[in-house]
Amino acid sequence: MAIIVTEKGLPVIVQGITGHQGSFHASQMKAFGTNVVGGVTPGKGGTSINGIPVFDSVKDAVKETGAKASVVFVPAPYAPDAVIEAIDSGIKLVVIITEHIPFHDMTKLKLYAKLMGARLVGPNGPGITSVGIAKLGIMPNSIFKPGPIGVVSRSGTLTYEIVNTISEAGLGETTVIGIGGDQVVGTTMQEAVKMFQQDEATKAIVVVGEIGGTAEEETAEIIKNEVNKPVVAFIAGRYAPPGKRMGHAGAIITGNKGTAQSKIQAFQEAGVMVASKPSEIPVLLRQKLASV
Amino acid sequence: MVDLLEYEGKSIFKEYGIPVPDFKVVSDEKDIQDFNEKMVIKAQVPTGGRGKRGGVRIVNNKEEAIRAMNEIKNINFDGYKADKFILEKAYEIKKELYISVTLDRSVEMPVVLASAEGGVDINSVPQEKIYKKPINPFIGVTEYTKRELSKFLGLSEYDAQEIGRILVSLYNIYDKLDASLVEINPLGLTNNGLIALDSKITIEDDALFRHKEMPIRYFGLDEIEIEAKKKGLAFVKLEGDIGIIANGAGLNMATIDLIAQAGGRPANFFDLGGTDDPEKVIQAIELASKVTNKVLFINIFGGVTRCDTVARGVVKAINELKPKFKLVVRIRGANEEEGRKILLENGIDSMLNLDDAVDRVIKLAGE
Repeated sequence: MAIIVTEKGLPVIVQGITGHQGSFHASQMKAFGTNVVGGVTPGKGGTSINGIPVFDSVKDAVKETGAKASVVFVPAPYAPDAVIEAIDSGIKLVVIITEHIPFHDMTKLKLYAKLMGARLVGPNGPGITSVGIAKLGIMPNSIFKPGPIGVVSRSGTLTYEIVNTISEAGLGETTVIGIGGDQVVGTTMQEAVKMFQQDEATKAIVVVGEIGGTAEEETAEIIKNEVNKPVVAFIAGRYAPPGKRMGHAGAIITGNKGTAQSKIQAFQEAGVMVASKPSEIPVLLRQKLASV
Repeated sequence: MVDLLEYEGKSIFKEYGIPVPDFKVVSDEKDIQDFNEKMVIKAQVPTGGRGKRGGVRIVNNKEEAIRAMNEIKNINFDGYKADKFILEKAYEIKKELYISVTLDRSVEMPVVLASAEGGVDINSVPQEKIYKKPINPFIGVTEYTKRELSKFLGLSEYDAQEIGRILVSLYNIYDKLDASLVEINPLGLTNNGLIALDSKITIEDDALFRHKEMPIRYFGLDEIEIEAKKKGLAFVKLEGDIGIIANGAGLNMATIDLIAQAGGRPANFFDLGGTDDPEKVIQAIELASKVTNKVLFINIFGGVTRCDTVARGVVKAINELKPKFKLVVRIRGANEEEGRKILLENGIDSMLNLDDAVDRVIKLAGE
């Protein structure tokens, strides 16, 4: 199986489909095998993009296509409204690619989604791919290979690098989830690890963390208490200076909090092998899988 | 991030009903009128610890105030000189408290933090002496939170009412201005109630599009970081000599780590972001070349950014800039073959494997 995206043929819409990114990635998702049933751009209803029908509202799209999930490419000032529109229209999985959504909006969106029983993935992330099932987001189609590894990451391109390394080593992935680089994200690293533990097809878990916040430390605690599958971690930002925001809104060491050292130590104390470079990850995975 | 200066923050406090001393902003001798009481003059600088460096002084009359101001103007505050000063009444303080509203990433909600041990860096106060409570943004500050807070701080019945009002105001500022931190430290406890003796308000960059009234600030940034920020690029200057361009924040950090682990000295963090415009690549190389002494390492994992786009940009930039440093290009992912071909046709060898590329960078940097 997989996590979060588990249903082959899951009907997906793309919000902001007429934009440059939205139209390109809608086609890429289709090429991956995702059932992209429509797109939404207010005012562009009735048109189509690469054979995908465009609707004025999520409500219209759901009514016409039975969409159950949405991928949001809408620019930051309008993205929160797009997410609320999706939730109000009954969409239960909203993957937010948009970067630079203020965290004030995310704290509220997250509470609202919880209230309405919807799951958010992102923002400021590459989305989620369940290999052999569907891709909701912008990860390159070529890096995946079916296999037993679940990957959760706070990064985009570093995830591609690592997934590619895992695939090339002859292993492969169940689900790869990019939770996003922001301070407040819809689905957390902690939740993803718990779901991978429950997922039968996932035999080992890779956690890609980075400086800032305490998600890695909290994940280590969960691994210690609730996870018996092998876990390999990688932490980016070992040489990042304190007080500087390293690209991601969430990647900042404040005071003495959020350092790579603290995260590495927490993982090691939880019995997690921490790779010092991406190419070491498949090596450690093989070691761990062989000893299970 | 926009860090407001004390006087800007206090003006906002005043607007939201938080008691602040009557203050005057002065920058020149002629701004200072005659007075005959105990006042305090404070440098308006964006750095902490100004008091320890002599940036805050008690003055009793106009002459003392002018002398203090002129002396403070010569103090170097982490690279900043004060050109504005707050002149305000010096209060008799019974106790210095701390209170702030900020985002708690762990609970994913704003929290109030408060302590009876104010006037110092809150990070140095033991956890058990800090009151901490999430504020649900759909509910706001609850009455029981106000009661808990005032009890924790050991306030009288009179001051309890006031701290409740202050908390609501702090939360409203946090919410309305999209602040990541709204802090009063110290919050002075006087015989006549509570008063905000300092202010710290930080506004989140991502929310600035709806706060056009906020000043644009480049506090704590290097010249080249400011140039990058103006162009909307994520650039952090480091101390080394190996320039780095990578796409994506995580890959960037990992690239820096790999170079540093192998004994190299990265000169910067630079996220090219997702682009399909060779001009952006040229612009990036131009900027990175300003911090590169020995080797420029371009590490791309193509997705949104395609490798052929990067290759075209690299070729053009090298032809235009004719840099003195050496170049290592590593490209993987979308259109990697085409990218490699374009580079090779122009005499630039590129690499596929990240570890090999790092080895080459280190070798070239050592030559």
